[in-house]
Amino acid sequence: MHEVDMTKCLILSMEEWAERKNKEKIVVEKINLKIGEFTCVEPISLINTFNAAVFGSWLDSSEIIIETIPFEGRCSKCKNSYYPKKDNGYKSPCCNLNLEEIIRGRELKISSIDFKEK
Amino acid sequence: MHLPLSDKIELNILHKNSHQAEINKKKFNECKVLCLNIMSSPGSGKTKLLEKTLEDLSKKIKVAVLEGDMTTTLDAARLEKLNIPVVPITTGRACHLDANMVKGGFKILESKINPTLLDILLVENVGNLVCPAEFEIGEHFKVALLSITEGEDKPLKYPVMFREADLVLITKVDLLPHLNFDIDELKSNISLTNPKAEVIEISSISMTGFDLWKNWISKKIQEFKK
Repeated sequence: MHEVDMTKCLILSMEEWAERKNKEKIVVEKINLKIGEFTCVEPISLINTFNAAVFGSWLDSSEIIIETIPFEGRCSKCKNSYYPKKDNGYKSPCCNLNLEEIIRGRELKISSIDFKEK
Repeated sequence: MHLPLSDKIELNILHKNSHQAEINKKKFNECKVLCLNIMSSPGSGKTKLLEKTLEDLSKKIKVAVLEGDMTTTLDAARLEKLNIPVVPITTGRACHLDANMVKGGFKILESKINPTLLDILLVENVGNLVCPAEFEIGEHFKVALLSITEGEDKPLKYPVMFREADLVLITKVDLLPHLNFDIDELKSNISLTNPKAEVIEISSISMTGFDLWKNWISKKIQEFKK
């Protein structure tokens, strides 16, 4: 259900962006998103919800492209970066320490918008 | 048609919510009221915890509650019996409170009382371990509740919620003798997702842990008012 609210936020951001571009004169082709693995968003659910939400609207012909950002942490002792795994309790494989620092994987971003002018 | 164009914006999808949350926090700071965002799954005991906490605490500090609920005002009605200002926020189909809802709730609160007289604003979020973790409301601290009947594995299954929490209250610990539950395993799982989180074992029936919880609140208010 939270993808519905994420979609609402995404559409609001798009509306805001389009107001600066003169919405009547553009066609959005692709909305490129960066979604971190350590977020509450399931990419396919977000795409399906978006497609349903924009049906018949000015964003009807736009496509969501999602780049998944890996979940990456840094070991608090040796400072090496690593990919935390749930099965391992997110511990660092190098020093077997609990996850303290998250380097990336929390992103919920619109990275870019591909569009054409009419 | 013209050639395709690309606009690199690198904008947080939730930026409008985050922006409103910043405005809310600024408002709370101006009023010198500490705001706690209280989150958990449905039925973990948020409202009961607030009832038992405020029975005593509301005599010592000035407190108000914003009470989030999807469809009813039942929880707000329970807390109103304590003669404290309570504003229900019914979210409809939304499974979390967002910053705009809290802004609206606080505005209603301002029409009832002078918010600068408050010490603390408790916001009881909608019961859900997923969405509330992503939607900031302007809070100073996030408090996550997890009842022992939910299982030891929940911090691993809902890691974002427990990663975001400043304090985790393990609730319903009076049931420990009756359940096959490993509280050390739960604490270990909380620590795996968030080594910095403070943890308190608590029961609204036996009142275990209430001194620690109320001391935590008092300490945070003192630090905030400095």
